[in-house]
Amino acid sequence: MRSTHKSMKNPRQTWGWLWYILPALVVYVLFMALPLLNSLRLSLYSGSGFTLNNFVGFDNYRRLFMEPATAQRFWNAFGNTWIFFLIHMVVQNTLGLFFALLLSSRRMGTRVRDIFRTIIFIPTTLAILVTGFLWKLLLNPQWGLINMALDTLGLDSLSQPWLGQSHTALVVVSLVSSWQWVGIPMMIFLAGLQNIPEDLYEAAAIDGASEWTVFWRIKLPLLSPIIGVVSILTFTGNFNAFDVVYAMTGANGPPNYATDILGTYFYRIGIAGQHPVGIPDMGLGAAVASVIFLILFLGVMIMRGFFSDKSEAAQ
Amino acid sequence: MNKPQKPLFMRTPLVSYAVLGIWSILVLVPLWVMVINSFKPRLSIYASPLGFPEEWTLEGYRLIFTGSSFPLYFLNSLLVVGVSIVFILVCAAAAAYAIANWQVTLTRVVALFFLAGLMIPIRIGSVNLLQIAKALNLLDKAVGLIPVYVAMGMPLGVFVLTEFVRGVPRDLLHAAQIDGASRARIFWQIILPLTRPAMATVAIFNLVNLWNDLWFPLIFIRSENQRTLMLGITRLFGQYQTDWTRILSTLTLASVPIILLYLLMAKQFIRGLTAGAIKG
Repeated sequence: MRSTHKSMKNPRQTWGWLWYILPALVVYVLFMALPLLNSLRLSLYSGSGFTLNNFVGFDNYRRLFMEPATAQRFWNAFGNTWIFFLIHMVVQNTLGLFFALLLSSRRMGTRVRDIFRTIIFIPTTLAILVTGFLWKLLLNPQWGLINMALDTLGLDSLSQPWLGQSHTALVVVSLVSSWQWVGIPMMIFLAGLQNIPEDLYEAAAIDGASEWTVFWRIKLPLLSPIIGVVSILTFTGNFNAFDVVYAMTGANGPPNYATDILGTYFYRIGIAGQHPVGIPDMGLGAAVASVIFLILFLGVMIMRGFFSDKSEAAQ
Repeated sequence: MNKPQKPLFMRTPLVSYAVLGIWSILVLVPLWVMVINSFKPRLSIYASPLGFPEEWTLEGYRLIFTGSSFPLYFLNSLLVVGVSIVFILVCAAAAAYAIANWQVTLTRVVALFFLAGLMIPIRIGSVNLLQIAKALNLLDKAVGLIPVYVAMGMPLGVFVLTEFVRGVPRDLLHAAQIDGASRARIFWQIILPLTRPAMATVAIFNLVNLWNDLWFPLIFIRSENQRTLMLGITRLFGQYQTDWTRILSTLTLASVPIILLYLLMAKQFIRGLTAGAIKG
């Protein structure tokens, strides 16, 4: 190949660039783009095992949305995923922004900042599976450190089987996941705050603006495109989540499907076929995947539109 | 105190330190519990989960290496992730080199096409991926994960590396051309060495992602001897119900290498992560 590309300026050689793009493109198309599109197509088929050859139109969707047994689980998982996502938006991203504001304060020493930043980011390098198992141990009713800590503080009335109750399980799982990922929004917000020009702060200081005003009038508006990026990342991450629930409560989203989210529902219906479905129904699974795809696609579009309008207005 | 409108948390760094300190405790205590209890004999974990062991034991670790398939799972993960990362780096760098230099509509479309992959998770295509893997006889083989992982790492790889290749000074490339260097030679001898920091970023990012991936091993692999580390870990709870020394040693061993790597390369990692997010 070397001798065929003598000059970058020679127009006849231009297509030689294709050889550089092709390997990446081929793998990406064969193992990502095509499977994605094909899964959308397969949602219109039914069949047994790995072969889906029976065209059924939108019947899988009808079953998903309306057939009582299937639809009940689907809408439950759908609702749970929104709760899961909203808890991340409120807890993980607000804490991330808050930590970034604290860390970007000029009164904080560089070394202290680096230490805190590193510590807060450590959990994101762990496998979600490991985090989930670890917290499952900590929340364990017999030995768990959480209940032990509550007992020590004299709050033993609060200790309870956190993962065993329908009304606490989903919240606890979401909080554990937020604990793990808070470092990502923190890091992104921190970078965003560092990009804000110094003279804006100086001008504000001359005008006698309080830090609170500086936050609302300068930092927050200028961060709004970043808030958009973080929101989109949180959205795509959570509508696709699976591991943390699988590790902490299991693929059926117990207790009583309280922690079942779209990721676990997709796994159960389309891939693994665990109780109560038995054998996987890949056509129905493809329909679940297509719904997730549509939610992600529309969600990202809407968020992009929303946040780009706001950032233009702010300037 | 002369500015009462200032919110409490900004009045003094001491309050900031306290808030960040409390969160740091929330991060470090669970990790401490994981590591320290992995050195305790089974029953003494219940007595004091937070303290140092009265009697140190390496039993949990010994059992991992002698009484289980974990060394094999570890090697499987190492092989799959290592090979995937090499492919991701070479292919993504080549594509980035072309996208940055061949400025036509086609490359702009290709760049956007890769960018879309950052938004849409590959998991959604799992139903068809299972069929493809079966057709290509890649199912139930650890190496069968490699093509999927390479595809999975490509969007971020192309995106980050394109930014960096664009940053290579034009004059340098022209000078090399005038000296008669071929495109391939420029790629190997100028582009690759100069984008090394970006390559490190892409490599670490994918290492964490792929090493920690559970989904694809879970749906692709059945056989015991083909399992990856994460897939092996999923069986821990069923197999060793209450042998927490053993569970915690395994979790520790699976996590500590990545944490150490992160601590060593934190700057690199953070730079890459934020560069991508801010520009995107």
